[in-house]
Amino acid sequence: MKRSLLFIPGNRPNMIQNGLVLPADALIFDLEDSVLEEEKDAARTLVASALSSLDFGSKALVVRMNDMSSPHALKDIQAVVQAGCESILLPKTEHAHDISELDRWLDTVEQEAGIPTGSTSLILLIETALGVEKAYELAKASKRVKALALGAEDLAANLGCERTGEGTEILYSRTRLVIAARAAGVEVFDTPFTDAYDEGGCFLDTVFAKKLGFDGKLCISPHHLAPIHKAFTPSQEALENALEVQQAMQEAQREGRGAVALRGRMIDMPVLKQAKRVIQWAKASGMLKGEVDDESGQ
Amino acid sequence: MKLLNHAKAGTLESGDVFITVTPGEELLIRLDSPVKQQFGDAIMDLVRKVLEEQEVTSGTIELSDQGALDCTIRARLMTALERASKGDVS
Amino acid sequence: MSRDNKVVATLSDAIRRSGLKDGMCVSFHHHLREGDRVLNLVLDECARLGIKNLKVNASALMACHRPILERIKDGTVSHIECNYMHKALGGPISKGALESEVIFRSHGGRPAALTRGESVIDVAFIAASTADRAGNCNGREGKAAFGSIGYAMPDAEMANHVVIMTDHLVEYPLSTASIDERHVDSVVVVDSIGDPEKIMSGTTRITRDPVGLLIAGYAANAILASGLLIDGFSFQTGAGGISLAVAHYLGALMREQKITGSFASGGITGTLVDLHEEGLFEKLLDVQCFDRDAVASIGKNTMHREISASTYASPASKSAVVDHLDVVILGATEIDTNFNVNVHTDSNGIIMGGSGGHSDTAAGSKLSIIVAPLMRARLPLIVDRVSTISTPGSDVDLLVTQFGMACHPDNDELRLRLLDAGLPVFSMEALKEKAESLTGIPVRRLPEGRRVASVISRDGVLLDTIKARV
Repeated sequence: MKRSLLFIPGNRPNMIQNGLVLPADALIFDLEDSVLEEEKDAARTLVASALSSLDFGSKALVVRMNDMSSPHALKDIQAVVQAGCESILLPKTEHAHDISELDRWLDTVEQEAGIPTGSTSLILLIETALGVEKAYELAKASKRVKALALGAEDLAANLGCERTGEGTEILYSRTRLVIAARAAGVEVFDTPFTDAYDEGGCFLDTVFAKKLGFDGKLCISPHHLAPIHKAFTPSQEALENALEVQQAMQEAQREGRGAVALRGRMIDMPVLKQAKRVIQWAKASGMLKGEVDDESGQ
Repeated sequence: MKLLNHAKAGTLESGDVFITVTPGEELLIRLDSPVKQQFGDAIMDLVRKVLEEQEVTSGTIELSDQGALDCTIRARLMTALERASKGDVS
Repeated sequence: MSRDNKVVATLSDAIRRSGLKDGMCVSFHHHLREGDRVLNLVLDECARLGIKNLKVNASALMACHRPILERIKDGTVSHIECNYMHKALGGPISKGALESEVIFRSHGGRPAALTRGESVIDVAFIAASTADRAGNCNGREGKAAFGSIGYAMPDAEMANHVVIMTDHLVEYPLSTASIDERHVDSVVVVDSIGDPEKIMSGTTRITRDPVGLLIAGYAANAILASGLLIDGFSFQTGAGGISLAVAHYLGALMREQKITGSFASGGITGTLVDLHEEGLFEKLLDVQCFDRDAVASIGKNTMHREISASTYASPASKSAVVDHLDVVILGATEIDTNFNVNVHTDSNGIIMGGSGGHSDTAAGSKLSIIVAPLMRARLPLIVDRVSTISTPGSDVDLLVTQFGMACHPDNDELRLRLLDAGLPVFSMEALKEKAESLTGIPVRRLPEGRRVASVISRDGVLLDTIKARV
């Protein structure tokens, strides 16, 4: 579960260390836009060193590599995968063949590192019109792809539109990405909120993204973690409904029934999945303190 | 690794270490650190270990430490050594 | 000079009239902070008059008091007593600049020592931003206004001879006086008692550092979990970035839960003034103003009350404000596995601070919370034994760091409440190991030279000694 994915500039040791304690669900160590060209080698080595020596606990560890047209891309992969990076965030994703090539690189690198093939997953950062257009195809381009993410700042530049607070200009891109991701069976993360100190604005933006169906939000400031998590905290009512669904499901399993019913209506897969999500969000925000059994693995 | 040119890596930011590497006849390691008393020996040991791993037996290594952890010192030193072995005169 | 006019022409006259002789004790307050001119002025004049071996009893010595090192060299000053010493002086003293031992007390221990007769002030030089010809004075009015004059009040009451120094003389009677004419021997008018720009640090700021905010958030949640956050709640916090952030988060919790506190005390900042003006704390009890907002507030608001250091924290008083305190937020340079806290010396054992009100509030409050990062530039906060005990571990309840919190083992009830609230509680040893797993184990070589300072507890007992670093 990744409500929040926090970008950490890869060449800043102090910020990497902060990643040890900040309550993000996932950390994205950035080798791309926040690192100067002449420091790309330093950032790569620093991130790899940090990943292999520091204990980040249960946070998901993601690295944003340089894009596939960059001379740094392969070296990035070679350095960070064997150091313990779990997912790669691929920026400026536009072509399925790039994903296929990356897939092959990862096969090689995983083998050389003695890691099971396929362990490293991919998150595709969609930042261009072409990326949005081909989102479904890109999501299906490799089994490694586990999520799509939206990068609206670069996208707006590409679209030639103006970024606004209420975001009408990116509404279509947001919903298009949600559709593509769901159709492909992967997760989808919303674009970061850009005003570092506007916590209220970030909260509202995240509430909106959640309404649209996003699983989580990219994040460029630690000050946004609290509002993002608050936005993903279910209401008491939503939690109670979800717990009811879960209970109905557990009963059905105990009684060996295939179909799950609640209040006279059949509950199908998407509803069960959503209930699971709501319970996970509730747990993450501290609403449930071990009062409820963990649902049996599904 | 053979050192061919002067190179540097890291910054003077808190938690980082600024390292310069210069080819030379002898091996000289100079450490400036606010935690020299507490971690000076440990840092020197780490630097020597990395140099040994990289088969660097001579040169001047200067560290201006701002309380960097081992993983940061190791990374910055590796980067400086790699940059110093390129033969760039920039 | 007569009973209705105590104004003397020069500082030199005032010193002569006081009968100040070699070996006597002079006192100063530090309400003018880094803008103070008075201490240096007085000691320079004493030097000119050839007075030697003076004991300086200052509530605190700041970096601007560096010239005192010259007065030590020329023999004017031979002894120091204070509650806090800036590292600009602490460094040289740790290296042996003073032959005698500095006596460190706390803000409450200093007036208690005066009351008990353990220390004696022969002449108190009290800077006041406004005074009348009889010596009625305050720090709330005038161009060099600094707010509360709390640390000087015990001096006015208990010194043998009191000199008021002001740069703003007004018509008699100053009815808004904080110090009463009945204690005053003479009044001297100088050009400037202090630089207004440096007296106040504009506004004190809540930290923006995400790790600092994380620590503050944990501390506020710990206060909530403790069960103390109910109507009538009382609170004190420092002026540092993390300490103020705790006040900020606490304010949000109090707003949410509709809780009205009885008072906030101590060094008062704009943050606390805001909470008071919003109605979250009914009263402010002010022994020191840290910023302009606090100075402005104390000048116009009767619910923002000035208190003497004796009332604030003296164990020799029949009761003190600290005894009524629910929660205090404090800092530390080091803390050890017995919860002893060091705020006097750095990791190398060099003097750079002092108790201030630390040991007083820790002793008096129901819940004392230390907020600090687990390491500062690779130096771990938690050590096996602190280089100096400023506050004994028995008075410290909780340590809160960004990696989690540690509860004093004697406080089982608190620990259970914190765990119940889902807060990250660990043993002090576990936090220490966590730090060392990141930083490595530091080599500690503590100073082994002669004694340069004694740390006296608020009850007048020797708590620890500080040695020279040679």
